[in-house]
Amino acid sequence: MDFELMINSLPKLLGAAVITLKLLSVSLIVGLFIGLLFAILRLNKNIYINRFAYGYSYIFRGTPLLVQIFIIYFGLGQIEYLRSTFLWVILKEPYWCAIIAFALNTGAYTSEILRSAFQTIKPGIIEAGQSLGISRKTIFYKIQIPIAIRQSLPAYGNEIILMMKGTSLASTVTLMDLTGVAKYIISTTFKPIEVFIVAGGIYLFMTFIIHNIIKFLEKKYSFN
Amino acid sequence: MELLAFGDTGWGDELFRATLMTIAVSITAMLIGFSFAAIFTPLKLSKYKSLNLVANIYTTVIRGVPELLVIYLFFFGGSGAIMFVASMFGYNEYIEINAFVTGSFAIGIISGAYSTEVFRGAIQSIDKGQFEAAKVLGLSKFKQFYKIILPQMLRLAIPNLSNVWQITLKDTSLISVTGLVEIMRQSYIAAGSTRDPLFFYSFAAVLYLLLTFLSMKLINKLEVKYSRGY
Repeated sequence: MDFELMINSLPKLLGAAVITLKLLSVSLIVGLFIGLLFAILRLNKNIYINRFAYGYSYIFRGTPLLVQIFIIYFGLGQIEYLRSTFLWVILKEPYWCAIIAFALNTGAYTSEILRSAFQTIKPGIIEAGQSLGISRKTIFYKIQIPIAIRQSLPAYGNEIILMMKGTSLASTVTLMDLTGVAKYIISTTFKPIEVFIVAGGIYLFMTFIIHNIIKFLEKKYSFN
Repeated sequence: MELLAFGDTGWGDELFRATLMTIAVSITAMLIGFSFAAIFTPLKLSKYKSLNLVANIYTTVIRGVPELLVIYLFFFGGSGAIMFVASMFGYNEYIEINAFVTGSFAIGIISGAYSTEVFRGAIQSIDKGQFEAAKVLGLSKFKQFYKIILPQMLRLAIPNLSNVWQITLKDTSLISVTGLVEIMRQSYIAAGSTRDPLFFYSFAAVLYLLLTFLSMKLINKLEVKYSRGY
């Protein structure tokens, strides 16, 4: 065991963990909006809108995240037309490509989580709102959405942890996130076990924190 | 379309072989995962706290650390570990393990952590009376498990195992970083030499979708088979 290496690599790895957290939080925020949008589309009665939303979640859940990143980072740059638009400013940056891929990916899973949460809301609750004369819009924003969010908290907590692990793929498109830096240190020192313990420890610590935040929120928003 | 032609002109046969490789790695990893689950599920359910702890460390660490990091650990540390063990037996030559073995082991250990949780959940949700009845009938420990618990456990576990299979199948794409020529690696090679990454990565996505779709069909059949009588 090379303890000196472990202590020396800790600051570098902690610095990289900040990038991991940045990638995670931005993708989660964008992904939440995408997920909410597609969950609402899934509940739409129009069969084409419904199929479109289902197709989106099916494709993004059925293919590896690595393929999605590669299509966005290596693939989209190939389209000449895109290179001439303002989108190119975003798409030439590996950072934004990774975030687009992560957001679309977590959006697909989030849409499924929220959809099932919406569907488990008892019709009686909505009917109660209607009989009180509350408008449809207010029922949706003030009754359905808060209940759905509470309902989906445990599943969403799992999704956050899965997404945190997913951000490690950013290292495949040259980003130096926690896994990227860990790989760099391993390949220069050839001490995989030591680096794995430190980097893995940081990941576990972040998992632990996220787990507890979700637990706290679950308690805070519980029905009793 | 000529990019997908079989033979020397296209990448059809290469991609076909790569797809077979992905299937082979996924199945091997899944089986390695099952053997890990066979060790760690009893530890999880054991009445000894220290054995519980060992199993909990395994599942928590593997499920909390990115798959890619685990793969790097095996990729860079695998042959070192084997050589260390070999040197204890007096063998000091350089040993290289091939990418298939390293990859299947790395993915297998990950898949095993998920399988362990699935089996634990399935056994715990079997009615207590079943265990007692098996005991009262005077069956041997082996028969209790093999004839009474296992069939019921499988029925409960199959829906969740199909999730584990999907995760495992998608995780195999990460082994491409070690150079094993599966779908992702082959697409990377093809994209590099034809300068058409959009086409080849999209085609890779289609291949993965096809694999997940077909395996779901197959698993649904298994599910029907094991739910007979319910």
